[in-house]
Amino acid sequence: MGSMKDKTAIIGVGCTKFGELWEKDAEDLVVDAAFEAMEDAGVTPDDIEATWVGNLYDFTGLSGSVAAEPLKLFGKPTTRVENFCASGMDAFRNACFAVASGAYDVVLACGVEKLMDVGGSGLPVDMGHPVLRGSSAPGLFALAATRSFHEHGWTREDLAHVAVKNHKNGALHPKAHFRQPITLETALGAPMIAWPLGRFDACGMSDGAAALVITRPEIAKKSKHKHDYALTKANALTMHAFLPMYRAAYDWLGFPATVATAKLAYEEAGIKNPAAELDFAEVHDCFTITELLNIQDLQLCERGDAAKFVRDGHADVDGKMPVNPSGGLKCFGHPVGATGCRMLCEVTKQIQGRAEGAQVKNARLGLAHNLGGPGSVSAVTILGLPE
Amino acid sequence: MAKIASFGAYVPLFRLSRQEMANAWGVPAVPGERAVANADEDSVTMAVAAGSDCLAGIDPSSIDGLYFATTTAPYDEKQCAGVIAAALDLRTDINTADFTGSLRAATTALRAAADAVDSGSAGSILVVAADCRLGEPESMSEQLLGDGAGAVLISKEGPATLRGFASTAGEQLGAWRRSEDRYVRSFEAKAETRYGYIQSAVQVGKTVLEKESVAPSDLAKGVITAGDPRSLGGVARSLGLDRGQLQDILFMSVGNPGVPLVLMMLAGALEQAKAGDTLLVVNNGDGADAFLVELAEDFAPAAGRKGLAGHLSEKRNLPNYTAYAGFRKLMKRDEVDPRGSALTYWRDSNIVLNFHGGRCIKCGTVMYPIPRVCGECATKDQIEEIKLAHTGSVYTFTLDHLDDGKYVNVPVPRLVLDLEGGGRVFLSMTDGDPQEVEIGMSVELTFRRLHEASSFHNYYWKCRPLPAC
Repeated sequence: MGSMKDKTAIIGVGCTKFGELWEKDAEDLVVDAAFEAMEDAGVTPDDIEATWVGNLYDFTGLSGSVAAEPLKLFGKPTTRVENFCASGMDAFRNACFAVASGAYDVVLACGVEKLMDVGGSGLPVDMGHPVLRGSSAPGLFALAATRSFHEHGWTREDLAHVAVKNHKNGALHPKAHFRQPITLETALGAPMIAWPLGRFDACGMSDGAAALVITRPEIAKKSKHKHDYALTKANALTMHAFLPMYRAAYDWLGFPATVATAKLAYEEAGIKNPAAELDFAEVHDCFTITELLNIQDLQLCERGDAAKFVRDGHADVDGKMPVNPSGGLKCFGHPVGATGCRMLCEVTKQIQGRAEGAQVKNARLGLAHNLGGPGSVSAVTILGLPE
Repeated sequence: MAKIASFGAYVPLFRLSRQEMANAWGVPAVPGERAVANADEDSVTMAVAAGSDCLAGIDPSSIDGLYFATTTAPYDEKQCAGVIAAALDLRTDINTADFTGSLRAATTALRAAADAVDSGSAGSILVVAADCRLGEPESMSEQLLGDGAGAVLISKEGPATLRGFASTAGEQLGAWRRSEDRYVRSFEAKAETRYGYIQSAVQVGKTVLEKESVAPSDLAKGVITAGDPRSLGGVARSLGLDRGQLQDILFMSVGNPGVPLVLMMLAGALEQAKAGDTLLVVNNGDGADAFLVELAEDFAPAAGRKGLAGHLSEKRNLPNYTAYAGFRKLMKRDEVDPRGSALTYWRDSNIVLNFHGGRCIKCGTVMYPIPRVCGECATKDQIEEIKLAHTGSVYTFTLDHLDDGKYVNVPVPRLVLDLEGGGRVFLSMTDGDPQEVEIGMSVELTFRRLHEASSFHNYYWKCRPLPAC
């Protein structure tokens, strides 16, 4: 298998404020994020040769028109990418392939979701089958929490520590959905959503969009960000069982898709010891339990130790492995299709030393990770600065 | 002559005291309590439960037919017996039929089954009966009715012989519901009892005793259906039966369940009967049916079934009338309409209704739903279809407050289950208390109505806690 290491570079990022954006539609969000990214890169829509846009729900939009129409990118290709919660990162991944192949010099990857416009409580879950369904998104991840409590002795308080950490970080980020720090007591006292997950174990239901301008390193060297473009070190995605709740061999103590994707990404990036070599990580934390299990699956700590790892402060912004310095999905918000691109914007700005929220010190190599399904798809991208 | 090879019953777990119902409306209370079907139960799901009770320890593939008797069929156009037969995992080359329209439908079906067996057209036919009738809110009949189901397996072989069938027909006074009526209607009760009920019941009862030359004193039990104890007394007196010979009409414990009452009472009588006993069965509704049941000298009630007594002993009391009103949807609320597909439902009926799984011939993994390519060894099309157990234990779970995009105050337990003998499934729990769910808890599957997507009844399996033995 070949490698994408150092073959593509991010030269511009843009991200809207995430949150309950009642007054904006998907067009507003795509325009705001894409033009911010193009301005950051010093390019115009005329320079964009092809576009990939990630979004999950049909009420946000269908087809390449989700980006091509608001940006009026007519006469050139735009492809809509849908891969559950990895939709945005998969849009980026496919954009990278196109640039690395030499087919295009400058492309746009973006993601958008407009959850407020559909209403209801929680993400719409519809497996497409009349009766083989039957749980909300929190309900599915709660299955992993219940089993982890049973096996590892973790408690709701362990989950609350994740929420407190991510709210502390997100409160500092001007674009985050939630801007308030919370206490353990607040988290533990919140109403139940799907036991053992309460309201503060769940990420925000948010609107938002994010975008990235991608090119090859030789072009990046002549760009506005010639000294601090973000090099793609790894760009991996794997699929696993679509309905893990029916799989007898599954232990619910982690996500096989994350494990497999991380392994591929570390091989591609040449990373032997991720806990030592990575400077920070943006980890998929749709729920607090998801962050704990993903930290383990990404090999950032030993299996069974994630709760203690977070409790001891190792995942804090000034800890040995800052996890979600942006506030994560938990506090920054999770407009599904936008999230992967949003994380890549965050990692890019962190390694460029211009984080809009909490800045990780000496951040040079960062990881972004998505998990969707639950567990049917995972994506990992690793970004670093040029030597 | 046709025999009874087995019998079964089902009473929903929930009971409501009639005093609570009376308090809700400020009306006088009838003594006792009534059985209340859960919100996800109807005559089809209860019939499956009673049928399953009747078939405990019996190979379902040995059954040659299924007759379903009810006045509350969930469909006006579409047979229900076929759905019940599939959920009971019966063969498909069998005769299925719905008997409906009359409160007497269970004995009409039973007699048709006996005739089919006697004629040799079938070796055995399972007769299931269930009803979930609605009394008008505030009315006395709301207190008097109850929900339940009964079943009886009619066969060439069995420990109890049926004989002496008699019927009476003709226009009778009784209860009715027009197709546009939601609640049971009736005329003046006294007139109905005298001219509708007592007259026809006495007539068929006497006919049977006379033509079979059986004296009332020879009867171990009179299984005589009635809506209330007083009218039953009238029939018993005319037939010459003592109070002690009368089988409990379930007035205090279940209420009048309608069509299934006769089979539930028969189950109750057979559970207590001794070898050599003779029972007189009289069933009423738009006329009446009667027959004798003679128990062989080697008669012994089969083990393995819960039966009427078992179901009566398990119960949870509903706290108030509002809970009942919620179950029966007496208050109009906004309904969510999830996406459904009659085609998908039909195509997957072997996994949805029959609850079959697959076993990989190469690696042995048991899987549900049945895949084309093995989920563990990726071998293509080497999956054999197998029956899955209806009991299992909880591997992990959640108590989900989000139900079809709505926040609900009482969470729905969603359970990942390891089935006995293999296979892992993901089912919602019903009947039980969400706060009692824990990893390792034993549960049994129960057939329920999941939702109404695409305007049809989407039946599927849920689970409920196994009572601690």
